[in-house]
Amino acid sequence: MSAVQTFVDLLAGRRDAATLTRRDWDGVIGVARAEAMLATLACRLEQAALRPPVAALLADQRAAAEVAQRQALWEAEMARRALKGQRIEFVLLKGTAYAAAGLSCAAGRQIGDLDILVLRSDIGRAENDLLEAGWEWVKSDPYDDAYYRDHMHELPPLIHKARDRMIDVHHTILPQTHRITPDALILMAEAIETPSGFRVLSPPAMACHCAAHLLADGDLQGGLRNLWDFHLLVLDFLKDDRDFYLTLIEEASTHGLAKVVKRALRLANRIYGTPLRSYSWPFRLEFEREWDDDLFIRRLLARDEWGHATGFALQQAFYIRSHWLRMPPAMLARHLWTKWRKR
Amino acid sequence: MPDAVYRAAPPDALRIEPLGDLTAIFDRRSTQTHLVVPPIPEILTLMGDAPCDAAALAARLAAAFDLDAEGDARVVVAERLAELAAIGLVERA
Amino acid sequence: MRHSTRIAVGPVQFRVGSDWAEPIAGLERLYAAYPQDDARPADATVRLFAARPWRRWLRPSVHIGGDFIVPDALPLPLSMGLLAAEMGMNLQVALGWRRHMLLHASAVAKHGRAIIMSGESGSGKSTLAALLGEDGWRLMGDEFTLIDPASGDAFAFPRAVSLKNQAIAEVAGRVDPSRLGPLLAGTPKGDIRHLIPRADAIAAMHEPARPALLLFPRFGGEAAIEPMGEGEAFVRLTEASTNYVALGEAGFAALTRLVRETPAFGVSYPDSATGMALVEQLWAEAVR
Repeated sequence: MSAVQTFVDLLAGRRDAATLTRRDWDGVIGVARAEAMLATLACRLEQAALRPPVAALLADQRAAAEVAQRQALWEAEMARRALKGQRIEFVLLKGTAYAAAGLSCAAGRQIGDLDILVLRSDIGRAENDLLEAGWEWVKSDPYDDAYYRDHMHELPPLIHKARDRMIDVHHTILPQTHRITPDALILMAEAIETPSGFRVLSPPAMACHCAAHLLADGDLQGGLRNLWDFHLLVLDFLKDDRDFYLTLIEEASTHGLAKVVKRALRLANRIYGTPLRSYSWPFRLEFEREWDDDLFIRRLLARDEWGHATGFALQQAFYIRSHWLRMPPAMLARHLWTKWRKR
Repeated sequence: MPDAVYRAAPPDALRIEPLGDLTAIFDRRSTQTHLVVPPIPEILTLMGDAPCDAAALAARLAAAFDLDAEGDARVVVAERLAELAAIGLVERA
Repeated sequence: MRHSTRIAVGPVQFRVGSDWAEPIAGLERLYAAYPQDDARPADATVRLFAARPWRRWLRPSVHIGGDFIVPDALPLPLSMGLLAAEMGMNLQVALGWRRHMLLHASAVAKHGRAIIMSGESGSGKSTLAALLGEDGWRLMGDEFTLIDPASGDAFAFPRAVSLKNQAIAEVAGRVDPSRLGPLLAGTPKGDIRHLIPRADAIAAMHEPARPALLLFPRFGGEAAIEPMGEGEAFVRLTEASTNYVALGEAGFAALTRLVRETPAFGVSYPDSATGMALVEQLWAEAVR
């Protein structure tokens, strides 16, 4: 059994942690660290009977994750204070949103940058307010800057000069050059408020964004973490909505993400055991495997017992795919050329 | 332009530990440590629960420490409040 | 990885993997006498690897990886593989360890009480600790000192001491040659030679010690002792800690307690003998 398979088995609850040997743990801990998911695993195994050294290491990770999550939520609070003067509405995205909404996948989850969504019409004012409140441009070259503004779905990243934390201000949830463009206005209008007073995407929109972030927005780096988010989001939302699959696919269709979301469901089912349910009414929903699902699974599980990424060719293939999805071919060629010359 | 009005942090948000000449303030919401010198600890103590502005605070400081409230005390307090807002210890009401 | 070994230093269990045999053999010699629990999984992983397969043989250069990496770290020639391993281990502790507050400081102890010495590289903190460790003190560590947030106690991290430049001659003459590693000449950090701590220091590596003195040594200039206020010691130690921010309130509580309960001094000294004498003098006053 490979270390990464043992790791996902532990997360999925298919493997009893007490049966792991020292060698198994070495590999699992190495893989979990490489995926930035050791604290996630620690939260998952909080009640498990573990040998003292493992229990101590995992307790350290839980405590550290709690501090880190507070720091991430504080960034959201400071953004709220900066934007409240002009009453600019914003919606939290990704990790910070999961934490603010108290969703299951937030337990132990590492949160990097603060991602927020604002209306395109507010983006200039939001930028001004943030600059006034101490954020500043990350120094970048003019090509990157123009690339962000013209083609991506966000302002160039801003970093806070005192707190050294980044904020990504999005005005849609996928790049504009992406052939699929979700409707940000609908997302903002249907956002819901958390008990802590922040706004987050509606459940189906949040799951759609998570799937898009996993499959349509990148080269599957950090994919196991994003897929774990997706798995737990689906489980959380099924509690309130037995037919969440239908709600989800309906929402996905309005954003042109139905194929992406279905694939995410199939992958989550195969890796984490997400339950799937087929429907024939009100519309047909089935989860037949596609020929390239196996490639995605192999890419997601490509790590050795030292936590090192394996499958170089597969990585490259997915890297090019991620740009292919994002850009028209001529632009892709220009982009890769510019990046290559700068190396 | 009237002075900006600020609100203090909730009482359980801050852990304040005097360390000789300095005061270390741990903000539980941000997990940040702030090292400050007078009159910052005094300002935070005198803000109370209700929102207040620099003029009101300058008057309270003058009363509490038997100082002269004349002159630029209000300007100095306003500057300190703006700094405290930038680090999140107080918030614009 | 083709070659690997497991090392426990203080509370941290490492596994070190390498594309080459030499760095592993070097590590196993330095750490042969350290207590080892083979059933214990690794807290931290270090990888010493060749960026391209042919680089294992052709002008072999050792890249440092592991759980945490520094993106722009330069590789080292294979002859400095032991230094690469040391840097890799330090990096994992500095960026990954969360159980204790980590101070970039050396420490020695006597009768269960510790002197913690914090300073930039070049301050002489490592050399002082190494010399005191040969002179009746238990060496707790030359690089990191760990503070337990719950008890306030100091815990040891007695890795093999990294002697640099002049310190090599100063210490090497006093110890059995079997306790010295190979001379690594002309590394990016100058000449380096590792010193295996005394057997009693290694045997006691899990025993905590109560902080008794906080010293901030400065090599060069007239001999001088300057008492340091709680606030300044606090600021300096936050700067000397790699995980203070990550520990949140536990780190804040541990550090305020440490600077309140432990007298702190700046110590300037022109040479090691004077430095040791000043430390002994402060110790005598502190435990009186």
